[in-house]
Amino acid sequence: MGRPQTVSSAIVVSAPRRPPPVRETGIVAWLRSNFFNNIHNSVLTLLAAWALLVTLPGFISWAVTEAVWLTDDPKVCRTAAGACWAVIAEKHRVMLFGTFPYDEHWRGVLVIAIVIGLSVVSGFKRFWSYWLFAAWLVAMGVILVLQLGGVFGLRETGTHEWGGLPLTLIMFVGTVVGGLPIAIFLALGRRSNLPVIKSLCIGMIEITRGVPLITVLFMASLMFPLFVPEELNIDKVIRAQIGMILFFGAYAAEIVRGGLQAIPRGQYEAADAAGLTYWEKTRKIILPQALRIVIPALMNDIIRAFKNTTFVSIIGLFDVLGATATALEDPLWVLYAPEAYMFIFVLYFCFCFSMSKYSEHVEHDLAKGRNF
Amino acid sequence: MKRLIAVTAIAALAVALWPADTMAGPTVDAIKKRGKVICGVNGNRAGFSALDSKGQWQGMDVDTCKAIAAAVLGDKNKVQFSKTTTQTRFTALQTGEIDVLTRNVTWTLGRDTKLGIDFVAPTFYDGQGFMVNKKTGAKSVKDLGGATVCVLPGSTSEKVTSDVFKANGLKYTAVVIENKKELNTAFFGGRCDVHVQSTSGLSSARATVAPNPADYILLPGVYGKDPMGPVVRQGDPQFKDIVAWTVYAMMEAEESGVTSKNVDEMKKSKNANVARLLGNKDKLGEALGLDNDWAYRIIKQIGNYGEVFERNVGQNSPLKLPRGINDLWTRGGLLYSPPFK
Repeated sequence: MGRPQTVSSAIVVSAPRRPPPVRETGIVAWLRSNFFNNIHNSVLTLLAAWALLVTLPGFISWAVTEAVWLTDDPKVCRTAAGACWAVIAEKHRVMLFGTFPYDEHWRGVLVIAIVIGLSVVSGFKRFWSYWLFAAWLVAMGVILVLQLGGVFGLRETGTHEWGGLPLTLIMFVGTVVGGLPIAIFLALGRRSNLPVIKSLCIGMIEITRGVPLITVLFMASLMFPLFVPEELNIDKVIRAQIGMILFFGAYAAEIVRGGLQAIPRGQYEAADAAGLTYWEKTRKIILPQALRIVIPALMNDIIRAFKNTTFVSIIGLFDVLGATATALEDPLWVLYAPEAYMFIFVLYFCFCFSMSKYSEHVEHDLAKGRNF
Repeated sequence: MKRLIAVTAIAALAVALWPADTMAGPTVDAIKKRGKVICGVNGNRAGFSALDSKGQWQGMDVDTCKAIAAAVLGDKNKVQFSKTTTQTRFTALQTGEIDVLTRNVTWTLGRDTKLGIDFVAPTFYDGQGFMVNKKTGAKSVKDLGGATVCVLPGSTSEKVTSDVFKANGLKYTAVVIENKKELNTAFFGGRCDVHVQSTSGLSSARATVAPNPADYILLPGVYGKDPMGPVVRQGDPQFKDIVAWTVYAMMEAEESGVTSKNVDEMKKSKNANVARLLGNKDKLGEALGLDNDWAYRIIKQIGNYGEVFERNVGQNSPLKLPRGINDLWTRGGLLYSPPFK
């Protein structure tokens, strides 16, 4: 386009290539540009290096060289100078499965595998279809069968025996799967023109957002049973799950509302002009665009929902953290709580970091196709 | 639409006005129908109720619950445990979520009268004690002037500390730490001179957390009274009696020398007390609404009080608590079962 290019006939004789100056390449340059690019940063680098030098050898000798890796005798740990990782080997069954019957732990392992496996599959765009939705429904049925038992010759295990990582994952998946539709309806309701629906949704969102999650859980576990007749004793796990769904729903609703408001007015008007009904407009025009915008922010809330599952230990359910706290009451192993908590730290980090990395990937992916 | 609103409103009103303390019927019937006893436990108290490495419940409170199951249902394993916290424990009992609370709850007049619950019979007597490092040279609380004291905020021990120091006209600095585990770490790490807690808590901390248990002593004197035992809902005298006599049966068994090992021999005993306890005389079980073998099953499956104590918190456990006042009245303790007659 524009003007035609002129072809230069001049002959350019290039000098032999010389390597770039040492200061601009290799490790030296990398160090210079990343650690010593000005006085300020150089000082910080030296300080950080000094701090590492002081703390790291101690940590390594505690965590690696002096540590006890495997023993079932806590006395061995008592005499060792380093960490007692043996506590994880000794207590991992309780930490991961809580009060679930010992011989049935394989069912918990299956539940964990199903949730993680299906979550990974759901991460790939090429699998996004109604089949995936169906797969989740089937998986939830399988998980319930595995956890509850009582059919196919499985031993019956009530929700009071649920615990550990399966409980954490079930609470998490339940919260997100149950909470997202609620969030969408609340967000739509909040922007509705019908005053009753609008005020109900605003009230619901603001009341739930106005109180801490612990309060919601206490309401669900303490106040609620006092209001209903005794025959209607709703299971503790379900009560906690409903509380967490409502809490997640209210927060996510505000994120979805952000997405709804970001859609240009023209889209709404065009849909109206095309004669679409409210639901057609919402389902085909508005929501697909709005949800795409809010996915990164939603992922943030989903990660928080995962961490929020730890609150259920306060109302007497054994999630991973609660089960660990109880497992560490054992007087023989009580001294090695830091080691066990480090294991839990790594566990949570793995889950949250992979979700965070995934949301970063989704964000990049969406940015590629965006043209405004 | 109008009708729907009206119906909803009436339903909501009905739910709101439903008396919260209605009984589902006698507790024993509910237990038999369900096939298991549901007990509320602490869940984070080693020796009383905690999970072992296989995720099984262990402890004295757990054994009290199993004894009730053995008495009512004939099998100590027909139990279900519900972990309760300080906030949820009474509500769980009031709403019928649990049948009995076997948790460290101190029996006080206020709780007994105001909460719609009944304390039955103490299974463990505790009180507050003072622990110091031997190096401090303190021999009694009178030597503690100016000391720093590790206490849990809002606890009985905090109150006891202030009372005791005030009574002796001494000053102290409180180091308030929210978490029991960290409190122990702080004390054994030397952050404070005195550790104030229940005597059972102090002994177990010394046995399990102290770098060298021999360096620490409990000062003489126990302050405050903490009788702890099972709690039931008010308004079911039969179940209350069963729980009370389940506790007494274990004490009576220890007093008459009946153990889980010799209970089959003792069943042939001519001793009138033993015969009454084990159901060979006077049909005492029927008076409770159970069969006459109820106490035999408790002792056979769980053991007498002494066995339960030594297994969970005593010499056969890592806690190594001395019997102290939790001993039979015949040996100078407080355990005294009313006669089985």
